[in-house]
Amino acid sequence: MKAIASAGVAGLAFGLGLWVSGLTDPARVIGFLDLFGRWDPTLVFVLGGAVGVTSLAFPFVVKRERALLGGKLHLPTRNDIDRPLVLGAMLFGAGWGIAGYCPGPGFTSLGTLDAGPWLFVGAMIVGTLMHQVRDAARVRTTSRAA
Amino acid sequence: MDGETIARAIAGGALIGAASVWLLAMNGRIAGISGIFNGLLRPGAGDIAWRVMFVGGLVAAGLLYLALGNPAVPTASGPGIGWLVLAGLLVGYGTRMGSGCTSGHGVCGLGRRSARSLVAVVVFLAAGVGSTFVTRHLLGVGA
Repeated sequence: MKAIASAGVAGLAFGLGLWVSGLTDPARVIGFLDLFGRWDPTLVFVLGGAVGVTSLAFPFVVKRERALLGGKLHLPTRNDIDRPLVLGAMLFGAGWGIAGYCPGPGFTSLGTLDAGPWLFVGAMIVGTLMHQVRDAARVRTTSRAA
Repeated sequence: MDGETIARAIAGGALIGAASVWLLAMNGRIAGISGIFNGLLRPGAGDIAWRVMFVGGLVAAGLLYLALGNPAVPTASGPGIGWLVLAGLLVGYGTRMGSGCTSGHGVCGLGRRSARSLVAVVVFLAAGVGSTFVTRHLLGVGA
């Protein structure tokens, strides 16, 4: 129960950070990605502030090995650079540059009741499910071959 | 860009970082938005409650921020319906395939000094610059 409330607090703080920093403004994100227009460096400061905090604090958290509310730390264990990682990042980046939204700002902008974020998030869910279906189909093919 | 914009960017960024540290320290979870949400779409997923609460917190943050009297950003003046849908499809498919987005690979992955995340960040930044160039300078898509 405590863990569930704690996740809510984290989501709320994360979302407020997105709003305060300006990341919820697609025009600002596009301005940052538009190296060939009037470049807006704001996002460098946002990412700098965020990574500054995580890179300072994560080592202490990881050293403890256990979550304060119990249970182990669920850390990614892979460290290989494979095709899906690169191809997936490419597709994600392409979409990010088109809309100026990544998943976080998409979700936290739903409350504006603007059509933009709703369309974006709706399509994002469909995109995720499309990959899931493709994955499942691939697993079936592989297991038949084996 | 003025001083206030920079101050807000750093403060907001630090808050995003602090929220990520909180989630890892308290819950033992990486604050990757796409990963947390994708866990809800998997058939037979078990640990649903904390994921719902995290995403609910994100949505509530928007409502709270606007309720406090802050101006909404002009989200309506986007690139148009077709482009927004294409962007959403690419972001959903790509983050699932590449196991993360700006938060998971960027904020958390770089903080963990993960080589996989560094590669992902460089690739999605480059792809973002590329697609912004194509849509804004070659195809004349709106902001």
